[in-house]
Amino acid sequence: MTIKSLQTNDALCTGCHICQLACAMCQFRETNPKKGALRITGKFPSPGRFHIDVCNQCGDCAAACPTEAIYKDNGVYKVNEEKCDYCLLCVDACPYGVIFTHPSMNVIFKCDYCGLCVHYCPTGAIFE
Amino acid sequence: MNGYGGSVLRVNLSTGKIKKEPLDPRMAKDYFGGRGFASYVLYKEVPAGIDPLGEENKLLLISGPLTGMFAPGAGKATFASKSPATGSYGDSNVGGMIGAEMKYAGYDLIIFEGKAPKPTYLFIDDDKVELRSAEPHWGKGAITCEKALKEELGEDFQIATIGQAGERLIPIACIHHDWGRQAGRTGVGAVMGSKNLKAIAVHGTKSVPVADLKSYRKAYNKMFKFLRESPARKVWVDYGTPGVVEWANEIGAFPTRNFSSGFLKGWEKVSGPTMRKEIVITDKCCFACPTACGKYSHVKTKSREFYVEGPEYETIAMIGSDNGLDDIRDIAYANYLCDEMGLDTISAGNIAAFAIECFNKGIITEKDTGGVSLKFGDSESVFHLIELMGKQEKIGELLSHGVKYASEKLGQGSEKFACHVKGLEISGYEFHRAPAMALAYMTADIGAHHNRAWAITYDIEVGRDKIEGKAERVILLQHIRPLFDIMGACRLQWVEVGLPLDTYPPLFNAITGFDLSWEDMLKTAERVWNLTRCFWVREVPDFGRSWDKPPARFIEEPVTDGPTKGAKMSPKDVEQLLDDYYRLRGWNSNGIPTEDKLKELGLEWVVDDLKKRGRL
Ligand code: SF4
Ligand code: SF4
Ligand code: SF4
Repeated sequence: MTIKSLQTNDALCTGCHICQLACAMCQFRETNPKKGALRITGKFPSPGRFHIDVCNQCGDCAAACPTEAIYKDNGVYKVNEEKCDYCLLCVDACPYGVIFTHPSMNVIFKCDYCGLCVHYCPTGAIFE
Repeated sequence: MNGYGGSVLRVNLSTGKIKKEPLDPRMAKDYFGGRGFASYVLYKEVPAGIDPLGEENKLLLISGPLTGMFAPGAGKATFASKSPATGSYGDSNVGGMIGAEMKYAGYDLIIFEGKAPKPTYLFIDDDKVELRSAEPHWGKGAITCEKALKEELGEDFQIATIGQAGERLIPIACIHHDWGRQAGRTGVGAVMGSKNLKAIAVHGTKSVPVADLKSYRKAYNKMFKFLRESPARKVWVDYGTPGVVEWANEIGAFPTRNFSSGFLKGWEKVSGPTMRKEIVITDKCCFACPTACGKYSHVKTKSREFYVEGPEYETIAMIGSDNGLDDIRDIAYANYLCDEMGLDTISAGNIAAFAIECFNKGIITEKDTGGVSLKFGDSESVFHLIELMGKQEKIGELLSHGVKYASEKLGQGSEKFACHVKGLEISGYEFHRAPAMALAYMTADIGAHHNRAWAITYDIEVGRDKIEGKAERVILLQHIRPLFDIMGACRLQWVEVGLPLDTYPPLFNAITGFDLSWEDMLKTAERVWNLTRCFWVREVPDFGRSWDKPPARFIEEPVTDGPTKGAKMSPKDVEQLLDDYYRLRGWNSNGIPTEDKLKELGLEWVVDDLKKRGRL
């Protein structure tokens, strides 16, 4: 499955983190929301809602990458792990903070529009 | 270890020593996790007869094999200790995120021992584990403390805290988590306070291994697909547990004015749809749950503005209806007061109603309340009582110990309307005419709590006055429902949304690599049930049948109004229920598990222990 776009509606998000579970399963075949390429943030006690950050394939990360490890494929920015130097310039460049790192890895990871989060989100807070 | 974080964290607060031990695979095999571990570790490690608020008691925080996994409602954790509310086995379940988070940090079980010399909190970031000073947070409310720690450590940390009630060792103090989820019952918050432990902060990043990835994905996909397509899910997401208010009134099960009635005039004003319309701003759920039953609310009136998670059905029933309150904003405010101070809303509501009845009968007076006259249906009375209890001022000091203790001190017939079993206040189902529900409360292993066997639906289904068959159903439910607490998953997906039980063993086995049928899994639940019963036998010298009786109110005083008007339990039915129950459980007629039963469940070591103590 691939999607054309990724939209969000914070008001519908319940903070279940199922999207992250699905994403990590898709990307790594692991049970670990910390390896999901999107972020859910609780804003509590006030204003009392969740916020979703997802990748919109703007390409700012690719522009910042000095080694061309992030490349465009069919409208989607993907990571060539061989080329990633882990300099983290892309992390700083991403306007939504959705270039991710994980203690178990020495390359970055990001969303590739697989669409699994859309499929699993129980509320429609993430949609195409 | 597949399905587990793999480690036990032993935190000695007296010495400051922290030890990481491998999880015992035998314990995992026999008890799975959650309250299974709670029953085993408390029996093995907490010496008999100790003071629940003394250094020798232990506080456990436990996840389960399903917690944190790709499984519906996989967000449940258990806090457990010897209970200061009842003096025996105590545990309390909490949703939210902390169970999943501790597992990602690699821990299935955290054991707190001893007592910190100064206010302390436990900091966990994967393998980095430290005791840190909580002095700046001591004296603060539970939500305030969570907020401060999140600001300091980062949003990714999952926090459990106690409020001032826990610090004061009030036996109805809860543990707060995730902006409004609580381990409410049995006074686990007081045990935490007795250890000078203000908070637990956890962050974990590790993946949890599974035994069979392909079967795991197949199993959870089936479950999530079922839930996605279920029409019942929508109702639970729209109204959460307050959706039950209407039904509870229809059948006369909504505790009203200290369980003297099961019907609240004006219930529409506190129903799920009303609450949704008036105050709810966000649906909020536990980890990996597609059925967000949590309702986050915002209330703004002329006199106050606040945010609170809930109120849940139980709070609406016990803080609200049981005190005659029929305004959802007032109930929400009382809920907020309790959450911030760290009081269990079920016990606090039950005790407040007891106090108002005492006032009406002249057993307590304005001298005891600081000049305030108490009335049912008066929100100020309830706010005032919560303040008095939380601060242990005036009559609040006595009341904060629960209705059993308070009624024993006050006397004058108040024992008859002290609504508890085994020292734990009854929760939100009126049962004058619901024998299965009555039996569920009478025999619940932490004292009167509804969630071990929500049997009232069975009363309605097969006939309310029928006695036959009720014990059998209660026993079945007492195995199924706690099994969810043992696995670390939420039962709402099954009970309320109808997810078939036979979807669980394939998931459970794929995750853990065990090869168990549903029947095998229920055997574990039965083992745990018998073990917690044995904890009572060990702790309470005269424990037995007399401890399983309902309060006199339910036998002697008929319901005053509503659909069950005039109903009461007959003493004969009470004895019949207990006879059936003990027989089917394989216990003797005094409610003590027999040697044969315990051996059948692999509990020979408990037989030996109880014999040595002369209790078997
Ligand atoms: S579209 Fe796929 S890769 Fe992108 S966040 Fe969703 S699940 Fe992850
Ligand atoms: S799956 Fe949907 S509702 Fe759940 S956290 Fe993700 S965006 Fe929010
Ligand atoms: S149904 Fe409710 S209690 Fe259960 S996991 Fe979902 S939000 Fe939590």
